Amino acid sequence: MKRFYDAVIIGAGPAGLAAALSLKRNGIEKILLVEREGYCGGVLTQCIHNGFGLHKFRKELTGPEYAERYIELVEKERIEILKKTIALDIIPLEEGLTLYLLSEEHGLPEVSARAVILAMGCRERNRGNLNIPGTRPEGIMTAGLAQKLVNIEGYMPGKEIVILGSGDIGLIMARRLTWEGARVKCVVELQPYPGGLMRNVVQCLNDFNIPLYLSHTVTRIMGNRRIEAVEISPTDETAGPKERGRFIESCDTLLLSVGLVPENELSLKAGVMLDPVTGGPVVDSNLMTSVPGIFACGNVLHVHDLVDYVSDEAERCGEKAALYIMGRLKKKREIPVRTGNMVRYVLPSRIDIAEPVHLSLRPIAPEENTHLLLKANGSVIYKKKYRKIMPGSMIRFEAKNIPEETESLEITFEGKTG
Amino acid sequence: MGETFDVAIIGAGVVGGAIARELSRYKITVALIEKEVDVSFGTSKANSGIIHAGFHSPPGSLKARLAVRGNRAFDLLAEELGFPFERRGELTVAFNDEEAEILRRLYYQGKQNKVQYMELIGKERAFQMEPNLNPDILQALYAPTAGIIGPYEYCFALVENAVENGVELILGEKVKEINPAKSARFYGEGFKIKTEKGLSINSRFIINAAGLYADEIASLVGLNDFRIFPRKGEEYLLDRRVGNLVHRVIFPVPTVKSKGMLVIPTVDGPVMVGPTADDVESKEDYGTTREGLKRVFEHAQKMIPGIRNKDVITSFAGLRPVATGNDFIIGTTKVKHFINAAGIQSPGLTASPAIAEMIRDILLHEGLKLEVKRDFNPIRKPIPRIRRLVEERDFRPVRELVRENPLYSRIVCRCENVTEAEVVDAIRRGHTTMDGIKFASRARTGRCQGGFCTARIIKILQRETGLPLEKITKKGPGSELVRGRLPKGVTV
Repeated sequence: MKRFYDAVIIGAGPAGLAAALSLKRNGIEKILLVEREGYCGGVLTQCIHNGFGLHKFRKELTGPEYAERYIELVEKERIEILKKTIALDIIPLEEGLTLYLLSEEHGLPEVSARAVILAMGCRERNRGNLNIPGTRPEGIMTAGLAQKLVNIEGYMPGKEIVILGSGDIGLIMARRLTWEGARVKCVVELQPYPGGLMRNVVQCLNDFNIPLYLSHTVTRIMGNRRIEAVEISPTDETAGPKERGRFIESCDTLLLSVGLVPENELSLKAGVMLDPVTGGPVVDSNLMTSVPGIFACGNVLHVHDLVDYVSDEAERCGEKAALYIMGRLKKKREIPVRTGNMVRYVLPSRIDIAEPVHLSLRPIAPEENTHLLLKANGSVIYKKKYRKIMPGSMIRFEAKNIPEETESLEITFEGKTG
Repeated sequence: MGETFDVAIIGAGVVGGAIARELSRYKITVALIEKEVDVSFGTSKANSGIIHAGFHSPPGSLKARLAVRGNRAFDLLAEELGFPFERRGELTVAFNDEEAEILRRLYYQGKQNKVQYMELIGKERAFQMEPNLNPDILQALYAPTAGIIGPYEYCFALVENAVENGVELILGEKVKEINPAKSARFYGEGFKIKTEKGLSINSRFIINAAGLYADEIASLVGLNDFRIFPRKGEEYLLDRRVGNLVHRVIFPVPTVKSKGMLVIPTVDGPVMVGPTADDVESKEDYGTTREGLKRVFEHAQKMIPGIRNKDVITSFAGLRPVATGNDFIIGTTKVKHFINAAGIQSPGLTASPAIAEMIRDILLHEGLKLEVKRDFNPIRKPIPRIRRLVEERDFRPVRELVRENPLYSRIVCRCENVTEAEVVDAIRRGHTTMDGIKFASRARTGRCQGGFCTARIIKILQRETGLPLEKITKKGPGSELVRGRLPKGVTV
């Protein structure tokens, strides 16, 4: 028996929860939230450190606390949730979308939806993506898996730890494992600047005297059963790893915190077009993907730095999806937004200039005292000064009052003199 | 172990496995002894999974004879043992006249080896077959009898079926000493095998299928007439997303040392490139190298320009056991009843069924009475997998599987669409390490490399075996996943 919904949301992490609530508040009744785990909240449930919710709730919450606030609201709104259920496939039809779900309780039901919101989040890059030479022993894992083992299961992954990559989860785990008695020997970062938030570098490394080797990388893994040591080499941006300055660090565990990848296997099945830079779907001002009726928000769209921003984006996404379902989504004239100097990506990459649009972007490299410029047909229509920009921190702003005759928009950073 | 086995096979890779399965047809007692905690954990696990046509080896060599014979056995074996096998064919490509000349030589070599249906084909035909080939190729040698299999699935299937038919599998026992039985002063009346952990196994015959360590096993009975040299092969597995870049195995013209670096379709879908062939000093040198990666991709890209190293999801290295003389060493020795199946490098996987038959004939010749068991069961049933069904949107059979076994509704590995039913099946078939489960179920082989499913598999493994987490390993003792519980036992 096929069931019909107005909206199906894939993933009940922070993005999915906020999107569900927003749909409901915008007048949509028949909503289904699909979650593969037996609980909601996604990765937040293993993030027991605090620092969540500063923007959204003006309060420092832990991950589970932040999730709980949304879960309570979703439950209060009596939004239907299918837990322990995986979405196998989404098939776009002339009218609406068909989804195939798989769960122990319900088997393999076919579900129909007028709109689908993708909120599957992201996953961690791993050793295979990096091609680190050497052996393949136990003791190499992503920082997120280590976090789960420690925080959820109560186990120590190792006692002498080297962390490759200075992403936020790696930094958080450096502190967490130190607290639990492990010796974190160093954090190694390929780039000349840290990958995570500055506050995490200070609170998780500096406060514990954990060395951070910038412009270094792991060039070899040693040990056949359990990892025994890693070879660490300085790197040169153009030439790659250098021999001079190379050293061996013994360890029993190598944690990888080398970036996150939006998880879009399902999106690809549905025929959604992806952006090679963000790894997430290409979306318009309404956060709608290239497939009509399929929307995306949160880390499946692009990797965020703060969960608060994920929630914001998901709320906007729910609002737009609600309008779409009610047949009231306006679309006037879309123009592309180009990325200029120092901008890695801007999202959405094409916008409808009739209405104000929230833009998110990330810089390519750190810079101090620079200006963010929005140019319409070459002339600056928005300017904001930034004391410091970092690739680890996302920048958001609202673009509005764009002149009607605009043919091209560009987002760019200008140098110190700009 | 008080009883005396008729035959003890040392080494449970594809060679030992194939011999064990062959011998399990007869009314004899057989022990299969393996130093690792699971079978196929040595050279066999890093195999490229190619069933060669058999034109690469020089006529008259054991390699040539056994590869061609072995190749023919795989249709029936795959049907009986339920492992994936597809006769996709091999295409060896030449880029210039010199290489084309080598192709012709290979063609005639193949003819002499009695390889069937080979053809020298022109560029146009090669392109029709493989549209992603480099447009600069000149000619190709097409050998349609070549195939691809899942190498460890094959090994697992052989051993499972052997055990089903009465072979005693002894895992995690490294042979340390081999003495004459009954305190006799000479070998011949049988052997007393002692393991490092102190286990004692008596047997009338020994088959030395110890792979890289076959020389060390031989020296335990005083045979020092050959040595095994490890030759490393690095392989790189590409993301499934890259798609079907090739349908057949694509070879360059071979070099003295190896068949060259290839582009290999795998039975599971993803494309693999490799292997290198580098002589190394240590039998434990399993490291991949930056230089190897570079070399593999240079070679692969020359044949299939669309291959990119940014699509690599994992890499590994295996060691081929290369014996003095470069050919297989199969046969009786100066020590009565001690029989070698050593130096089985490529095309050893292909040859393995023929090696097993050869060993059987040697045993018969040496006086072992072989009487066929009436109740020999040649069938080993594989567990149905849902991956391909889900990919092809064929949901009806998935629904049926779920109805029969609700564990099919729990996806454990989402990259490869492996369900809990498949993981539990792997565990119940005896694969209780993370690598064993990986090879048997394919969970953790996809692009996230276990980021998502490792914690789930640990839970299932604990539930099925009762093992505490501290005892769960990647590949046996010394490779434990965690180093104890949290000092304070914090739970959230």
